[in-house]
Amino acid sequence: MTKKKLVVVGNGMAPGRALEELFEQAPYAYDVTIFNAEPRVNYDRIMLSPVLAGEKTFDEIVIHGDRWYEDCGVRLLKGQKVVSIDRAKKTVTSEHGVVADYDKLLIATGSLPIVIPVPGHDLPGVLTYRDLDDVTAMLLAAQSGGRAVVIGGGLLGLEAAAGLKERGMDVTVLHLMPTLMERQLDAAAGHLLRRALENRGVNIITEANTKEILAAADGSGVRAVRLEDGTEIEADLVVMAVGIRPNAQLANDAGIETGRGILVDRHMRTSDRDILALGECVEFEGQVYGLVAPLYQMAGVVARELLDEDNDGFSDSALATKLKVTGVDLYSAGDFSDGEGREEIVLRDAAQGVYKRLVLEDNRIVGVVLYGDTADGGWFFQQVKDQTDVTEMRDTLIFGPAYAGGDALDPMAAVAALPDDAEICGCNGVCKGRIVSAITEKNLTALDDVRAHTKASASCGTCTGLVEQLMSLTLGDAFNPNAVKPMCGCTDLSHDDVRRLIKVKKLKTIPEVLHALEWKTSCGCAKCRPALNYYLVCDWPDEYADDYQSRFINERAHANIQKDGTYSVVPRMWGGQTSSKELRAIADVVDKFDIPTVKVTGGQRIDMLGIKKEDLPAVWADLGEAGFVSGHAYAKGLRTVKTCVGTDWCRFGTQDSTGLGVKIEKFMWGSWTPAKVKMAVSGCPRNCAEATCKDVGVVCVDSGYEIHFAGAAGLDIKGTEVLGLVKTEEEAIEHIAALVQMYREQGHYLERIYKWAKRIGYDEVRRQIMDDGEKRKAYYDRFVFSQKFAQVDPWSERASGKDKHEFRPMASVGLQAAE
Amino acid sequence: MSEGAAAMNAMSENWIAVGKLGDIPRLGSRRVLSRERTIAVFRTVNDEIYAIEDKCPHKEGPLSQGIVHDRCVTCPLHNWVISLETGEAQGADEGAVKTFRVRVADNGDILICTGDLAPAS
Ligand SMILES: Cc1cc2nc3c(=O)[nH]c(=O)nc-3n(C[C@H](O)[C@H](O)[C@H](O)COP(=O)(O)OP(=O)(O)OC[C@H]3O[C@@H](n4cnc5c(N)ncnc54)[C@H](O)[C@@H]3O)c2cc1C
Ligand code: SF4
Ligand code: SF4
Ligand code: FES
Repeated sequence: MTKKKLVVVGNGMAPGRALEELFEQAPYAYDVTIFNAEPRVNYDRIMLSPVLAGEKTFDEIVIHGDRWYEDCGVRLLKGQKVVSIDRAKKTVTSEHGVVADYDKLLIATGSLPIVIPVPGHDLPGVLTYRDLDDVTAMLLAAQSGGRAVVIGGGLLGLEAAAGLKERGMDVTVLHLMPTLMERQLDAAAGHLLRRALENRGVNIITEANTKEILAAADGSGVRAVRLEDGTEIEADLVVMAVGIRPNAQLANDAGIETGRGILVDRHMRTSDRDILALGECVEFEGQVYGLVAPLYQMAGVVARELLDEDNDGFSDSALATKLKVTGVDLYSAGDFSDGEGREEIVLRDAAQGVYKRLVLEDNRIVGVVLYGDTADGGWFFQQVKDQTDVTEMRDTLIFGPAYAGGDALDPMAAVAALPDDAEICGCNGVCKGRIVSAITEKNLTALDDVRAHTKASASCGTCTGLVEQLMSLTLGDAFNPNAVKPMCGCTDLSHDDVRRLIKVKKLKTIPEVLHALEWKTSCGCAKCRPALNYYLVCDWPDEYADDYQSRFINERAHANIQKDGTYSVVPRMWGGQTSSKELRAIADVVDKFDIPTVKVTGGQRIDMLGIKKEDLPAVWADLGEAGFVSGHAYAKGLRTVKTCVGTDWCRFGTQDSTGLGVKIEKFMWGSWTPAKVKMAVSGCPRNCAEATCKDVGVVCVDSGYEIHFAGAAGLDIKGTEVLGLVKTEEEAIEHIAALVQMYREQGHYLERIYKWAKRIGYDEVRRQIMDDGEKRKAYYDRFVFSQKFAQVDPWSERASGKDKHEFRPMASVGLQAAE
Repeated sequence: MSEGAAAMNAMSENWIAVGKLGDIPRLGSRRVLSRERTIAVFRTVNDEIYAIEDKCPHKEGPLSQGIVHDRCVTCPLHNWVISLETGEAQGADEGAVKTFRVRVADNGDILICTGDLAPAS
């Protein structure tokens, strides 16, 4: 029987969870195809604010990596927006013409940010806040500092404002209503929140009605926002965060019934019986949604519905909200408006900056607002959901669960006092009992493991503290929140421990390390062996003999393996310069070896792709004759030094950027590093070589060379930090080599410079490299020493016969022989 | 396989030499080409020899290019770990590659059983 086909439109958090539940119950029930307008995998949208604020990287918020889709056999079409549904033929069609037919269709198109149609709303420089592209655009704008205006003082607007402030912009929030987050907070809490944000330097204007966004004189962006009363607030960036509306257009066009959103029944069925919908795009009993907790509940219903299993369906329940601005604790749940028959209990502690308010009706809590101390939020919310009669504990109710039993105030006791069915993680609906039993049954001792098994604290992360308290309650001393991650399954030691012990114990071969540090496996694994090999190369450059079999294939074959098992070859072009002679030699090699693809890389050199492994030595021999050496495009080592033309040609150039780039590359090529290192030198602050997103960059200025480090422009994007300004080329080279050596000695294998620098602190790097001349000199000398052994061109060695066995098959057996 | 069965096979099926033990580095692999397929021949840290098809059950990655550890190889493309003994993917991954009988003769020749080499039916 052929499998039924499930097509999913939209790849947000809601359908992601539905598929997880579906696969858990019936991994092979459906052939699944997902169309996603966003060109990426499913990530934790809630955590975009921490990414904006620089507290997390995109990597860290991915929910399903590419591997997950492969493993589950899901076809994910990234960047493919569905534009029409043909319900008669049961097909969907994407913008780019991809057609897929379905037996069941799941619509999960989420919601769209509302844009107020004031004049100027469509200018470049006016953004909304919904997906990673918005964050990327904000980060780009924040790089040049300047002023940001955020329209909207709700959850999203305030998170955006705090993030942009963190990134160095001057931020003003414009809010239409008299108090911030009026839908979640009462006026008193709104006021405290305002004060906290103002103390951080965010300007807030309430009752501000935006009238117009004014364009910059040169048309390149925005200049200011004008309010109804005529006030103008200068702005280089405008973020609109005024609300969302369900994205139901696609469904509506296909004739599916819609109201504000796509109308669904409690089984998430639309008006077409083969079409289900879930997430922010739906409307259920007049409600639309904007938080994940109910969406995850819908996901469970959808999974069961797809399997034709009986279920109770979805029901609407009270929701809790937290603001994710580091340092501002805010919690609200339920209904807290004043009204007939309602009473309130209020606690204010101005000195501690605490405000708590409970709204009661018929001796039951119906609303909670907490500011400054939100630890008891979950417990109060539980009482709301359980409709507990609080008459008995009314006197101490506001002090939370620890007092409810009359005991002393102790956060641990509060967690211990929670019943097993108390909800700990609101986003994922995980209760205390489930977490505790996962910890004991599966012997979990690390927070990450508890997250992986229960999903508790895996979405917005605000309950992480509670989960940790539960872990320490359950595990006692066995739980150490700062426990280090072991290098891999072969050892309990961390990367830092191993690096330290290699030096202290003077371990100089991989077998020695495995033995002395009591590895649990006989010869390590594919994770630890390459790491150990690097640590040994780095620490004992003169004595250690590289362990060939512990290198990834790319570093063994000195070329990059491609998906079909062929290789690509990138020769070095110093500082991105080449010549007619070099280009001719490349052209000849391409013709001679029938190389199918030639491509210019992002690092200013030329990549030849699709070369058969057997041909590599001969290709290198020919390239070598023209003077080429390996570009190490495959190495955890120095890759490229990108340059602009600088004073040689450019009318803005302040220094010889090309010359300096070539010098750096000639001095540093061949060095192995924990992860790849890419550099650039720009001839002036116009920065044509994009030096401010590299691992190490130099921006030339009239007075010398500004050295930058710890940038990133891959999965993460991050502008560099400034190391300092030096006057001469020689000093620049010395500082850069010392910085790279410091990273070589301290980095964990596969940890890029920006992650290493963040881990040990940017100031610490500056202190050792800029301020401490002796330290710098010592790093520099060690780098120079190790280069003596590293600067051997691997291609010419292999072209003249080294490691022959790598490139040739051992034997060919004819069919005759086999019969 | 019992000694007796192995002896039977050795008699009824041919074994052909594809190289010497020393041709393969310890914890390394070499390829043997035939018209049907490529075979990856591995040598472990204890000089055991294994032969499996050079085609990862995941996406046909060339297993001969992977890192060898214990009696396993990690695929160079997406890090699946494949048992050299059974050809099966380890851990949570599912799938298997074809394995071939091999042995090392007293003179150090690596012999592959030709019966296994015949085209897949
Ligand atoms: C910055 C921010 C902070 C938030 N903080 C919180 C929080 O603290 N707590 C909380 O509970 N919730 C929070 N939310 C809300 C939460 O993220 C959403 O409720 C949830 O992600 C919605 O999931 P979804 O799957 O319905 O839709 P989405 O995640 O919006 O996914 C819809 C996807 O479908 C794609 N798509 C749309 N149309 C098509 C089409 N025609 N074809 C193909 N693909 C299409 C879109 O590109 C999008 O990727 C936050 C949201 C944001 C933006
Ligand atoms: S970075 Fe400056 S010097 Fe270099 S090319 Fe651009 S404008 Fe010219
Ligand atoms: S070349 Fe880089 S960006 Fe392109 S598909 Fe491969 S890993 Fe991704
Ligand atoms: S092809 Fe081997 S792991 Fe993907």
